[in-house]
Parts: sequence; C-alpha cells; structure tokens
Amino acid sequence: MKAPSFAYSKPSSLEEALELLERPGATILAGGQSLIPSLNMRLSSPELLVDINGLPGFSKIEVLSSGVRIGCLVTHAQIEKSSEVSKHASLLAQAAPHIAHPAIRNRGTLGGSLALADPAAEFPACAVALDATFVVAGRKGERRVKAGAFFKGLFETDLRPGEILAAAEFPPADKAVFVELARRHGDYAIIGLAGIRVASQKRFVFLGAGATPVLAVNASRAGSLGEARQAVGEDLDPPADLYHTSDTKLHLARVLLERAWNTL
Amino acid sequence: MEHALDTTMTVNGSPVRRRIPAREHLVDFLREELGLTGSHIGCEHGVCGACTVRVNGDIVRGCLMLAVQANGCKVDTIEGLSDSGELKALQKAFHEKNALQCGFCTPGMLMAAQDLVLQKRRCSREEIKQHISGNYCRCTGYQAIVDAIEQVLNGQG
Repeated sequence: MKAPSFAYSKPSSLEEALELLERPGATILAGGQSLIPSLNMRLSSPELLVDINGLPGFSKIEVLSSGVRIGCLVTHAQIEKSSEVSKHASLLAQAAPHIAHPAIRNRGTLGGSLALADPAAEFPACAVALDATFVVAGRKGERRVKAGAFFKGLFETDLRPGEILAAAEFPPADKAVFVELARRHGDYAIIGLAGIRVASQKRFVFLGAGATPVLAVNASRAGSLGEARQAVGEDLDPPADLYHTSDTKLHLARVLLERAWNTL
Repeated sequence: MEHALDTTMTVNGSPVRRRIPAREHLVDFLREELGLTGSHIGCEHGVCGACTVRVNGDIVRGCLMLAVQANGCKVDTIEGLSDSGELKALQKAFHEKNALQCGFCTPGMLMAAQDLVLQKRRCSREEIKQHISGNYCRCTGYQAIVDAIEQVLNGQG
C-alpha cells in the first residue's frame, strides 16, 4: 500500500503547468483526496505529478453580476464556510458537508471533484442542476463548457489531455435544496439529489443514479409531486450497487424527490 | 524531473529539512524519518482517520498528502499537541470516560476532536458524531468517545 515511484513538480505559473502536462505520463495533483488513495493502492501509476496548488489566482471565490465564480483550487471546506457561496450558490454550501469528512474537505478541491467526475460525487450533480459553465485552460487559451456537456461517462469528461479545469461559474437560483442518503455520514451516497428552482422552473439532478449526474427531465417538468414521483421512473434507471438493488435506489430517489419538492 | 525533493517544514515547532522521495506520504515521513509514531497508519487510503495531523492549522489525512507537499508548512502531530498541553482537557476526559476502545484510533480521534474544540461552540451529540465520522476504525460503539468530547465541549457528560 505504498505509492509507486513518480517525479513531482510544483509549477508557479499556468504556462509552466501546461508545459509540464505535455510530458508523457504527467497527471495533475490538486487536493489529492482521490488521486493519492489510487496511488497508494497502485491503481494508477503516473510518471510525473504536476502539483497545481502553487498556481496564483485559482483559489478565489468571486461574486459575479449574476452568480458566483469559484476557482478550481477552492477546497470543499472553503465552500462550506464561505458566506458568498452560501448567499449566491446555496446549493453548493448545502452539499459540501455531505462530502467525506472534515479532514478530507480541508484538502479536496472543487476542480478535483468536477474533473474526476465520480458519479456518486456531490458537486458534479450541483453543477448540472445549476447549469454551471466550466472554464478550461489549455495551451491554446481558454474555452468554456456547460456542465451538462462536460460529464460524458463514468469518470469521463470533456477535458482533453494537457488541459486544466480552471474555474466554474454558477448562476443563481431562487431556491436550492441538496439531500442525500448514505449508510454513514460522509460515506459515498447511495443516492442524492440536487434540486433548484428558478422562477417557476424546477430542475432535479440525481447523483449515484447512473454513470454521470442524471437530469430528471420529466420530473423537472412535472406540475405536481404525484406527477414528479411517477416521472422519476421514466427518468432514472439507477444501477444496483453491493447493497441496494435498482428498485431500492429508485424508491429512495422518490423519497428524496418528495423531500426536495416540499422545500423548493 | 526530480523523484526526491529538498523539503523544509516546521514539525511541532522545530524546523526540519530533509530530501524526501516524492512518493512518500506525510505520515510515513513523520513516522519513519522523524520517529513520530503517534500518528497511526491504518488503511492508507483515507478511510480510517488514524493518521490525522494538522497542516497550517487544518486537520488533514496524513496518508493523503505527500510529504513534499508540506514544504514550507507548519505540521503538528499528536506528540506536539500533547506536549504543549493543548490536549489536556480532552486527554483527561478520554481517561475519565474510558473512551479508548482498542486505542488504535485514539490519536486521530483526539486530533479530530480538538479541531471541534477549537471551533468554540456547543455541539449536539449528532454534530459530534458527524465530526468524528471520519475516524471510525474497526471497533464499534464510540459512545464513550462521544461522551468524552461532549464533556469537554459542553462541560457535561
């Protein structure tokens, strides 16, 4: 249970980081809360870790004219405690305490969570619910991707080799609610739900319900809770896990939907 | 590219300078190189919390941070917090409430509990359980541990 050998470099500028990432076997190290366990278990064997924690300007939370922009190196703990996030993106503030444990939230980063694209992770589902825009930095400059188009499959994103997810911009919502069910606080969610309401339009996005965050299109359009409960069956076909069948997860999805519906 | 790096950090108040292999995580460095074996290694993938240490004032998993990443940082371990007297109240409460169980998780439990004590607020048992949920190891129960932390936080038990 010791990591394999690798080289390490901590660039102090974006240009330097992007150059290092072109080397063979180079991998980004941000908070390391998923990468380092996978190294310790020898599930991955990069040749070079490019530690981006020294990059200037990537740890900022900025209030925009509409919404909030959060740099990729902002930690889960900072999101949890930030009054700006609580005011302008309360969905993220509600989701943060569900992520692992305090010691892990002190290191884990927003960018790392989004770029890893774990289907049971909280922030990817929040980003899709809020229709966030991701800012991606590469050698040819910046490009912007909508959260809905970013998550392509199981741990698969729109990020191309050599690119860094620099920041995410979250538009405001009139009301937001985050709920999840886990066997023990901080464990991976059995299933979770990020819900928002903008004017009269609701959006429900489930986590732990597929290979990516799943936007429940029909439930989001439903006019009543009864209709929404019914519609979730058309929207979701959650994969079973070690302890829960697909039917159990669908049942739990409806439980969460009911809780969210009554809050929004 | 470098596979080992000159690294400087302050550990329990003392400056430390070593050349550290990039692959070595912080708690291995503390235990093997500095002999600070109070931080335990349980699972080595961030689940058990027995390796909890403080870096620049924040608790972290010692197994989920490379030692070279602590370059320029202030690192505090259970030895430092114990010697400075910072943990006195928690240690007394753990002793009185017999909050040890097998003892393997105790250093990490104390580090996590002290993090809550430093927040200086009253907490419900539920909040205490949530805060130490990252330190559940292989025993069960934990009620005496919650009792001890509750006694220090709220002056009751």
